[in-house]
Parts: sequence; structure tokens; C-alpha cells
Amino acid sequence: MSVSKYWREIPHRYRLEAGKCKQCGKIYFPGRLICPECGGREFDTIQLKREGKLLTYTIIHVGPSRFADQVPYVVGIVELQDGVRLLCQVADCDLDRLQIGLPVKIEFRRISEEGEAGIIHYGYKCVPV
Amino acid sequence: MVGIVGYGAYIPKYRIKVESIAAQWGANAESYKKGLMVEEKSVPAPDQDTITMAVEATRRALQRAEIDPRKIGAVYVGSESHPYAVKPSGTTLAEAIGATPDIHCADYEFACKAGTEAMFVALQLVKAGEMDYALAVGADTSQGAPGDALEYTASAGAAAFIMGKTDVIAVCEHTYSYMTDTPDFWRREHQFYPQHGGRFTGEPAYFKHINNCGKTLLEKAGLTPQDFAFAVFHQPNGKFPLRVGKMLGFSKEQLAQGLLCPKIGNTYSGSSPLGLTAILDVAKPGDLVFMVSYGSGAGSDGFIWRITDQIDKVRDKAPKTWDIIQGDKVYLDYGLYAKFRHKILKNV
Repeated sequence: MSVSKYWREIPHRYRLEAGKCKQCGKIYFPGRLICPECGGREFDTIQLKREGKLLTYTIIHVGPSRFADQVPYVVGIVELQDGVRLLCQVADCDLDRLQIGLPVKIEFRRISEEGEAGIIHYGYKCVPV
Repeated sequence: MVGIVGYGAYIPKYRIKVESIAAQWGANAESYKKGLMVEEKSVPAPDQDTITMAVEATRRALQRAEIDPRKIGAVYVGSESHPYAVKPSGTTLAEAIGATPDIHCADYEFACKAGTEAMFVALQLVKAGEMDYALAVGADTSQGAPGDALEYTASAGAAAFIMGKTDVIAVCEHTYSYMTDTPDFWRREHQFYPQHGGRFTGEPAYFKHINNCGKTLLEKAGLTPQDFAFAVFHQPNGKFPLRVGKMLGFSKEQLAQGLLCPKIGNTYSGSSPLGLTAILDVAKPGDLVFMVSYGSGAGSDGFIWRITDQIDKVRDKAPKTWDIIQGDKVYLDYGLYAKFRHKILKNV
């Protein structure tokens, strides 16, 4: 990931900032310029709730090179308390405890890094409550 | 009235027992457990570092303080394991909690007392009227060389404190710092592990600085150890704080609540600050708390805190430190621990 792309995505990666359409109230994460529902162009910036539940998940046993050291690791879709669904890694989770509906919360973690000398990418993962 | 308005603790869920480390090096686990008074230590997950733990501890401090992060005028992170050699940890922390851009930010380093340095400066800025709130964090993912005595204790954790002057839960009544040039523990640039002076880290370093800092702090305040409900000192192992406490006139009972090292190891910049969070979890209004940190190199920062009625309103708003320590834990064997701590050389 380029430094500029990472920097642009800081508000939603660090703070779960989302856009709430002022016209129809639909929430977009990350934010959008135009609401696909109603065509609205004005949004309020909101921070998503940090608690939710695991909707579905998969266990990665053969990961891409950047994640190879982490296998087996879990990627899941989490539904936050405000109804927004997001895709993220499930950290600190015993594979035997994994189940649909598992209560989770969002934590700030290292996601990846650009080799040993590049920048570190921080962002969100979920962990079991 | 300036002091702490919110506090938060974070400790990773992974642990390794002294037995697992001793078995790897053919050492006598019982001897280390007795000598260091440590049973196990916390270990950061591979995706955790000083910044991630600082963010989580600060979010808990904000839960207790219930203030708008944009009112925080300064963010200071004390650590000896900042993830970058050049690029502040504090900028990422400030951005993650939504405190940018009207903010002063700095990273502090002074071995294990970097956290209390940050607390000291944050307090003084609020006291001087420069800002309404200032955030200070002590966090570390410290490393001990494989097989070295430090490997049995070097651990991970973070404590965050928001200093302010309204709705204060612990008023800072007195501070005092004591510092000399004492090379008892160091890490040269580009070196992965620190080195230390063995027994030299004791009498002329840890004990001299905490003792002198503590004595002068008591004299300044006109108080005696018996006036305090709790005391907390830097915890490189379980024994040193009990011994220095006894030298100063404090009892084991006064130290017990804040003595975390036997269960989580030495969290370096998080050590005495995390002990303070455990004390704040149970302290009663009117209680006095005595705190002296220690950082190799060497120096000590001393604080006297007076607990206010506000403590009862905030302490249950975030996880308590002993609950975190005794909660969900995962024990690692040495192999997984070595992988987690990047101690294994791989082809790249």
C-alpha cells in the first residue's frame, strides 16, 4: 500500500469514521461522495460503535506472503451495533471458540508493514469480548 | 486542583510462565521464581506494539474521563520500545483518538521512567494553565536477550492518564524528581537487546534513586509512610519494590494492590503507572497514594496523589487492572513466544 493511500484512509482505519447521508440517513463505511440510495451529496461524519457480533468467518491456512507468518488466521464479517457490517481480521481468538454470533469488539492493531524499513499500517481488527 | 481525570490500563492476553523460559535454557525455574518473585509475564501479540496498546489504554481513560478528545492539548507517550526510530508514536495515538490537529505531541524516552516523565510534564502544563487537559501514556513491549535474566521479566502493557483540573479523581499534591548519570542499563543504537550491569542495577541504581526520591518527597510533603493508604514503586521484579518500600518505611500491605510484576512481569514504562491504575480501581476518597518510578540511566519521579469523591463515579466505566490480569489468558510455549517476539531469524 502506498504511503499516500494509507494516509488518506487514516480516518476510517483509525477511528472507524463513516459517512451518514443527511438526506436518507444511510451510513457508508468508508464514506462516499454520493449516496447510492437517494443521490444525496451531503454527509455527516460519524464514528461507528466499537462493539458488535461476528456474522460469518473463514480460517486462512495458506495466506499471501505478507500474512504467511500469521496462519492460521481468521477473517470475518462483523456487524457493529449501529448495523454497519465490515470485513476484518479476528485477532486473539482460539479457533475452537469461533462461532457465528460471537460477541466482538474492535481493537487498534498492526495490520501489515512495508517490509522491515517501510511504514507500519495500523487499523482495526476485532477480538472476542 | 490539578490531577488525574481519567485513567486506563491495557495488558495483552498472552502469557509465558517462568517454567517455560527456564526449561528452554536448562535453568532452575524455582530459583528464578524465588529470586525474581515473578511467576509469569505478559507477551504482546505479533500485531501489538507500544502504539496499539497506548491507543487501547487511552480509549479506556477517555471512557472514564468522558471528555471530548479535541479538548486535549498535549499527547505524550513514554516508551523504550517506540515502533519507529524516527516518527512519533504520539501522532498515531492522537489521530486514533481524534485529538488532532490542535495539539502538542512528543515521545519520551528514559528507560522505565518514560511513562512518569510524560505524566510529570502533562501535569505541569495543565497546572500552568496552558491547556485544560493533557494525555500521558507509559507503554512498552520490552525485550530481554534470550537466556538473560531480563527475559524472565521483560513484558508488555500500557497505562494512560488524562490530566485536568475539573472532576479530578486523584489530585497531585506533590512531585519530586531525582536524577544522576548512572549507566546501569542501556541499549546502543541498532542493537536489538539491551545490556545491563548485573548487580550494579541494584544498590547504586534502583535503590539509591528511589530511596532518595522517596525520602525527599516525604520531607517536602511533611508526611510519613503511615499517612498513606497505598504505595507503588517501579517493578523490575517482584522483590525490589518490596525491599525499597521497606527501606522507606512502607508495609507489604500498602504495596500489595499495586504490585503487578509477579503476575505480568516488568512492563517498563508501564510499570509503576499500571500499578497506579490498579490502586485507583480500589482507592477510597481521601486516601493518599505514594508513587516513585525508576528509569535506568538513571532517575526517579515521585508523586503524591490524594483521591477525591469523583473516583466512585468513574472507576467502573472501564475494565479494572486486576480483572484484566486475571481475565482471559493464553499461555505460550517458548517456541511460539520466540515467534511472537521476532526472536527467530528467517530468510527474507
